[in-house]
Amino acid sequence: MSGSGTFLGMPSFPENAEKALQDSQLRFNLRKATHTIRGKRAAVVEELPDWQELRAAGKAIKDDALRNLDRYLLQAEEAITKAGGHVHWASDAAEANEIVTGLIRATGETRVMKVKSMATQEIGLNEALEREGITAYETDLAELIVQLGDDWPSHILVPAIHRNRSEIREIFTEHMAEWGRPAPEGLSDDPRTLADAARLHLRERFLSTKVGVSGANFLIAETGTLVVLESEGNGRMCLTLPETLISVVGIEKVLPTWRDLEVFLQLLPRSSTGERMNPYTSMWTGATEGQEFHLVLLDNGRTKVLADEIGRQALRCIRCSACLNVCPVYERVGGHAYGSVYPGPIGAILTPQLRGMASELDASLPYASSLCGACYDVCPVAIDIPEVLVHLRSKAPHAPAERLGLTAAGWVLDKPVRLERAQRLATRFRGLVPKRRLPGPGAAWTATRDVPAVPEESFRDWWQRTEEGGGR
Amino acid sequence: MRVALFITCVNDTLFPDTGKAVVTLLRRLGCEVEFPTAQTCCGQMHVNTGYRDEGVRLARHFLDVFGGYDAVVAPSGSCAAMVREQYPKLAAGMGATRAGAFASVHQGRSPFAQEVAEVTPKVYDLSEFLVDVLGVTDVGAYFPHRVTYHPTCHSLRGLKVGDRPVTLLRNVRGLELVPLPAADECCGFGGTFAVKNAGVSAAMCADKVANVMTTGAEVLCAADNSCLMHIGGTLSRQRAGVRVMHLAEILARTEAAR
Amino acid sequence: MSSRDLILARIRSAVAGAPQTDVEEARGYRTSPAPGEESGRVELFAERVRDYRAIVHVVPEEEVADTVARALSGRNAGRLVIPDGLPEEWLGAVPATLERLRDDPPLAAADLDAADGVITGCAAGIAETGTIVLSAGPGQGRRALTLVPDYHLCVVRADQVVPGVPEAISRLDPVRPLTWISGPSATSDIELNRVEGVHGPRTLEVVIAISGPR
Repeated sequence: MSGSGTFLGMPSFPENAEKALQDSQLRFNLRKATHTIRGKRAAVVEELPDWQELRAAGKAIKDDALRNLDRYLLQAEEAITKAGGHVHWASDAAEANEIVTGLIRATGETRVMKVKSMATQEIGLNEALEREGITAYETDLAELIVQLGDDWPSHILVPAIHRNRSEIREIFTEHMAEWGRPAPEGLSDDPRTLADAARLHLRERFLSTKVGVSGANFLIAETGTLVVLESEGNGRMCLTLPETLISVVGIEKVLPTWRDLEVFLQLLPRSSTGERMNPYTSMWTGATEGQEFHLVLLDNGRTKVLADEIGRQALRCIRCSACLNVCPVYERVGGHAYGSVYPGPIGAILTPQLRGMASELDASLPYASSLCGACYDVCPVAIDIPEVLVHLRSKAPHAPAERLGLTAAGWVLDKPVRLERAQRLATRFRGLVPKRRLPGPGAAWTATRDVPAVPEESFRDWWQRTEEGGGR
Repeated sequence: MRVALFITCVNDTLFPDTGKAVVTLLRRLGCEVEFPTAQTCCGQMHVNTGYRDEGVRLARHFLDVFGGYDAVVAPSGSCAAMVREQYPKLAAGMGATRAGAFASVHQGRSPFAQEVAEVTPKVYDLSEFLVDVLGVTDVGAYFPHRVTYHPTCHSLRGLKVGDRPVTLLRNVRGLELVPLPAADECCGFGGTFAVKNAGVSAAMCADKVANVMTTGAEVLCAADNSCLMHIGGTLSRQRAGVRVMHLAEILARTEAAR
Repeated sequence: MSSRDLILARIRSAVAGAPQTDVEEARGYRTSPAPGEESGRVELFAERVRDYRAIVHVVPEEEVADTVARALSGRNAGRLVIPDGLPEEWLGAVPATLERLRDDPPLAAADLDAADGVITGCAAGIAETGTIVLSAGPGQGRRALTLVPDYHLCVVRADQVVPGVPEAISRLDPVRPLTWISGPSATSDIELNRVEGVHGPRTLEVVIAISGPR
């Protein structure tokens, strides 16, 4: 259920948020998780004296990669082909799904195992394969929880962040049997026991499945090397054991040179899981150890983002999720409210650019932020998320009532004399301003806050009365 | 030194006492303060709500009004950040070269960009002006109350004022400064965010208020009345018994004027 | 127009006229250890590997065989996968009863799964991050060998330990399949609680061999 189609027709962000805000279990889980990982990240970032230099280099490398993307993609294609791999180009989700389906069909298999991949979620690959009679098994523990629970991921790194241990125990007990080996009898909700249950459930699948599907964190243009960072070993299983490996990778994942990894292998683990290094990183070039290898390069709106001079910096994103973990909005509403596989601050700037702002949900995403700037501070590639949010707001459709209000305010503020008159009007009727119940859009303010008393005289009137002997 | 007070439209209309306090304080420190009456608004609300053109019109007006001064002081971290941090970005967005996100420095060559480059570095938040320009950390204030300080996002992450406001408060005689837990977290105001996403905004403020309450402070201080209007409005609704005060109003108090 | 040409054309039109970035100018980060940092390199490596809750021994080269033998007997490991090119002297003290599983012809996944563990060398160790890098070279074997068995015993020579990530990158050959290992497999997917041991080896034991007297 995690595909892009799922989110069609979802209400606007504030409506989704309102529901999430009332879910005390969700609020508790999110608070605990985001604060834990926030603290871990801060500690390991603090350890590196050259963090800001690494960040500046990460930004520069990504900017170079994007500026010369055509050249680097061709270079990667050549290197991979030379190393016995096959490279396919997909301009949109439908084409990518078609290519992957065709490649799987050619193997004669109807089961594939997957390592967590944002790109394949974005294109709704699992659903597309299901329609063609191919079952895709998710193998990352959190993705397994999401798949078994017929649920959506709600975090880039920890997709089941919205579930606590007892919910996970219930999902395993009730649904593991539908997908393979059932959960052990009398399963407890101890995380160690739950992880062991997942190990048992997936073991046989890893050893027998002949096709693996992955994404990638980086693609090195110079050498054609693909890089996948993970923790559990399910990635290594999917990348290593199958006879055929298909990797679906967004075109923006390119890094120009092998050396560039020295920057990103420091930036990503520390920003993402808050570790000095993630347990496992796999790197391979072309067909490896006798495996058949296919790379599907995915555009699906990325070139449209690239054409936006302010918005294109979102393509620097390395999907670390540090911005989610520090975002006060994400912390309170979780990932589902964003209605996209890309939640949180990065989702609020990426989704409207990839999908456009025609739907009510997508048009509301650039406003899903108080512009507090915490996301920009932690971003390892220095994406100025507030800048892009503001930029997208200027392109978003505005409600007629809001436009009227802001236009009127603009008219008043255009000339000091108009502002002065408006202030005097407010002062004259100050007794009539209700403290606890404003009409119209003001009601949203007074729902939880009192209104400050309008003063007897504005500052400018005071100044003119006392400093300039009144009036002009 | 010709110092201009940029009062900000919100302070001008709703919080004139803050402006009066800035005038009192700066005069006490020997500054000659001017209030250019042609000023209106920096344009932040319009730009941040997606009305870029209206915002740019107000920005042009701001630059016209404040062009000739040695320093412009604003008792609002948010409005000062708008001018100093966001005007250059607006200029880059309109610049002929349209450097956009690939360039490390936004380049703009339009007259607007030139004016932005000239005027905006002279715009200061109150605490920056006191500490950096006047070189004062003890302003001779007296305020015998238990106070906690909320740094506000745009002062902290936009202007990067650091510990300047706290240093100023520490030097106020009689004042007991209590650290605010999770101080750097947003209070949830965010301009029109407070209305457009009122639920999330209220949830954020609930946590801010809870943190304020743990300090046992009598006064919550900040350098931005917009955030204080939001937190203070919530405190008032909850009859929490904590009042909010702008930094300028505390710094303006002396033993003589008590 | 093929999708390849279409995507390339879209890219070219999207970035036309955008300025270039000087990447080399932006590389202001550390690429070699600060003077003085070099001395504690192996100790730091040992400490950082331990931080991941791996078992770590730091021993003189001549004690590697005994340490390996003790580690194996402590786990009752009777069936051990041994990649080609593993230095024979590392196994000099193991009992004759140890069943040595050679990967020639290649072992089936089920055989690997039935093994008690695997012993390997490595291509590099990274002190700052506590990382071991395997490059499928002699004494390391293909990637599945260190993945399917539940126990991985890895011998790292002190001279293979580099200070940081940049030094490792410059030493490695990207054309080889590389596996970077930092502790045993782990997950934090359940309420952010770290659990060591999911699909990869649940136990990682590392023997760091110091040459010459300690």
